[in-house]
Amino acid sequence: MSSTNTEVGYNSKIEGGVVVTKLDAALNWIRSHSVWPMPMGLACCAIEFMSASCSRFDISRFGMEVTRFSPRQADCMIVAGTVTYKMAEAVRRIYDQMAEPKWVVAMGACASSGGMFRSYSTLQGVDRIIPVDVYISGCPTRPEALFDGLMALQEMIAKEPALRLLKRERPVKPLYFS
Amino acid sequence: MLSEKDLELQKHLLEAYPYVTERPGSADHASVDVPADKALEFARALRDVEGFAAIQECCGCDWGVDASPRFSAIWHLYNYDKHLYVRMNVYAPDNAKPEVPSMCPIWAGANWHEREAYDLVGVRFAGHPDLRRIMMWDAYPYHPLRKDFPLAGVEVPFPDADTVAQTGVKVMPAPQNGGPFVSGCGHTLRTSEPFGRDQEWRENNRKG
Ligand code: SF4
Repeated sequence: MSSTNTEVGYNSKIEGGVVVTKLDAALNWIRSHSVWPMPMGLACCAIEFMSASCSRFDISRFGMEVTRFSPRQADCMIVAGTVTYKMAEAVRRIYDQMAEPKWVVAMGACASSGGMFRSYSTLQGVDRIIPVDVYISGCPTRPEALFDGLMALQEMIAKEPALRLLKRERPVKPLYFS
Repeated sequence: MLSEKDLELQKHLLEAYPYVTERPGSADHASVDVPADKALEFARALRDVEGFAAIQECCGCDWGVDASPRFSAIWHLYNYDKHLYVRMNVYAPDNAKPEVPSMCPIWAGANWHEREAYDLVGVRFAGHPDLRRIMMWDAYPYHPLRKDFPLAGVEVPFPDADTVAQTGVKVMPAPQNGGPFVSGCGHTLRTSEPFGRDQEWRENNRKG
């Protein structure tokens, strides 16, 4: 992302310490390493999220440990668990309350596709109501898999045209399933 | 197998309350059928005279589309002093509008259990203080645990208008992909693992 460029020098004393980069890259670097997840814990996968956030697996090693339980203070919703039709309404509302930029991770089979609950009460994948950025398989998802998914999300964030999106041209993300 | 204590209780109940009949085939506890119009009276006696202070559960039951009476409600009650259970079954007299008396006046704990039975099986509980759905959303038009309701569900409007306006989502029948999946009770894992009832979709099943 960066390079030390010794030719940029306005003060010979700090010349070697100047880093040149693109603003996009800098913004994305900051963003992707301070993801504040909000666990939308709806079923058993949420238990796995808890273990991922505790000392044994320790989600803070990857710069996303500031778990917030308020949508206003979070930018990554981790949908962990079975989304019933009755709860889907609340999930969508909470998603709407999160400030941009925001990302969604579907954690586990249930959130990704309805999982084993092929029945009258279960929404068959949370991507029918909110745009999902990363899907993670597993029933339940292992903490390692969750980290893998979150790191994939970090990579995605790192490639976003952050400046352009900052200028309020952020398009509404499409639903992948409709 | 009913223990001696259970058999004794069953005998006593049948003798002391002549309108009560035995429910044959119980494998664990004393079990009786009570006519709907006597159910409250019997329940009060169970609590005040026989000492069944606690309600353990209440469930609704659909005995089959062609069965008559088709619906019943079943309460499990517990006696703390004697460590005894009794199962009380009340058939709903009307198959089209099944209704049995609510036990909330006797055991307040029956409240949510009866709401669940009403929600999923559609047995109404007369005298219930707050008979609303508890699992499905209020506007849901069906009772999904009835025998004639498909597991996958049926298409109905999504409960929240805002979400529909933004996403166009509908409540759809769930894809079954060879399911429902059932586990056999074989001896090895291979035969007891869940498998789909309908195996047609498998790759190695060439379709004719
Ligand atoms: S994917 Fe499995 S572990 Fe996760 S919420 Fe669904 S049933 Fe539970």
